[in-house]
Amino acid sequence: MIGDVIDNEQVETLLNDVLEAHGYDFLEYSHASIKRRISRLYALDNFVSFAEFRYTVKTDKQYFKRFLEEITVNVTEMFRDPSFYKALRNEILPTLGTYPFIRIWVAGCSTGEEAYSLAIVLKELSLLNKSLIYATDINPSVLEKAKKGIFPLNYLKSYSENYLQSGGLKDFSTYYSANYSLAKFDETLSGKMIFSTHNLVSDHSFNEFQLILCRNVLIYFDKDLQHKVFQLFDNSLEQLGYLALGSKESLDFWPKAKQYKRIRTEKIWRKL
Amino acid sequence: MEETLIPKKCSALVIGGSAGSLDVLLEIFPALDKEINFPIIIVTHRKPGNDSLLTDLLQNRTQLKVKEVEEKEKILPGTVYIAPADYHLLLEHNKTFSLDYSEKVNYSRPSIDVTFQSAAEIFASELICILLSGSNNDGVEGLKAVNNFGGLVVIQNPNTAIMPYMPQQAVINIKKNVILDAFYMADFINKLAKR
Repeated sequence: MIGDVIDNEQVETLLNDVLEAHGYDFLEYSHASIKRRISRLYALDNFVSFAEFRYTVKTDKQYFKRFLEEITVNVTEMFRDPSFYKALRNEILPTLGTYPFIRIWVAGCSTGEEAYSLAIVLKELSLLNKSLIYATDINPSVLEKAKKGIFPLNYLKSYSENYLQSGGLKDFSTYYSANYSLAKFDETLSGKMIFSTHNLVSDHSFNEFQLILCRNVLIYFDKDLQHKVFQLFDNSLEQLGYLALGSKESLDFWPKAKQYKRIRTEKIWRKL
Repeated sequence: MEETLIPKKCSALVIGGSAGSLDVLLEIFPALDKEINFPIIIVTHRKPGNDSLLTDLLQNRTQLKVKEVEEKEKILPGTVYIAPADYHLLLEHNKTFSLDYSEKVNYSRPSIDVTFQSAAEIFASELICILLSGSNNDGVEGLKAVNNFGGLVVIQNPNTAIMPYMPQQAVINIKKNVILDAFYMADFINKLAKR
């Protein structure tokens, strides 16, 4: 993105169109970030005018798929923040292991890297059989990728390092088969996942969970929307359930935060 | 230095640096006046982990408050904000920060370009951006935006930079700029506060 190709008014016009024509509400997303994504896409796809861009987004269903995929951030990795996964492995999941059945929601799962990481830890704790991971995202095309469990092989080295740092016990390569430039993860992992679209802005609670993971999603929302989503999570979390956020996200300024207890220095809170 | 280039009012100072910039920051900070009346935002390329290291290093050298940015935090004058490792740092119109975990830019996250561009839009002609030592190409596109919005571009004299490539690129590509030796930076910043 160079300079100021799309101005604030145009961003608002476009987002209103998107809501009206497609039912996706981005109006409460962090402005700077969504504007940057929109400007980037506009430049990337070589539109000659804002009018043309606007018309295409509004009327071309196929293009809107791309729009949705590109203006939401889908960057993720396996075992991101190893210390977080260490806390899950050593503390959170063993506690949940005392339950007869474990329901986990990965909200905003993107291409699934966190869901697969979680499944690997559950497997190593012999808890995968009694667990179910609901992995949801606003964006149907990333869910298609997540379902396949195929990730670029060149990322696997750093994922493997993260895995070992997080207390991983095995040779990471036992979890996938490599084929040319791709790594396909073991289907016993995805066998315990349910993938579905869910929009944190407009959809309701659909189940009760013992653990909700929503990492690096809320940074793209403004404060009011963050609080609405916390309420949605609160409605979807059992008592004594856990909510896990990204390394720079916090429950602190939410009015009901007092009903949650933070787990040491990790971005994990337990519902009291 | 051309006095005409210096804005009447500085509402925010953003400093971007990569390899070799830490030395400059460590030189600047002990000499900063505690009366500085604008926010100082620092974006440097560094490895994730050991988050508080840079914050601690700088805090030990100044009476200004130094802190790592928290997302949606209000941008206050007289405070030094450090961009967290592994996130892009953006500024909002309501003078708060946003963090962003999108693709790396110039192989970097945080990217200096991203923060310079974002700050340019918010603070326009009351913005000053300083680009320090580094060995990649980050910062130049951002400085163009700073220029376009009427802000002031300051570039570390490449001859005083441990890694001259990054400031050199800026000198070549940015027409309206002020080139400053590392040695004079603190004094320059202190004077901005008195305008």
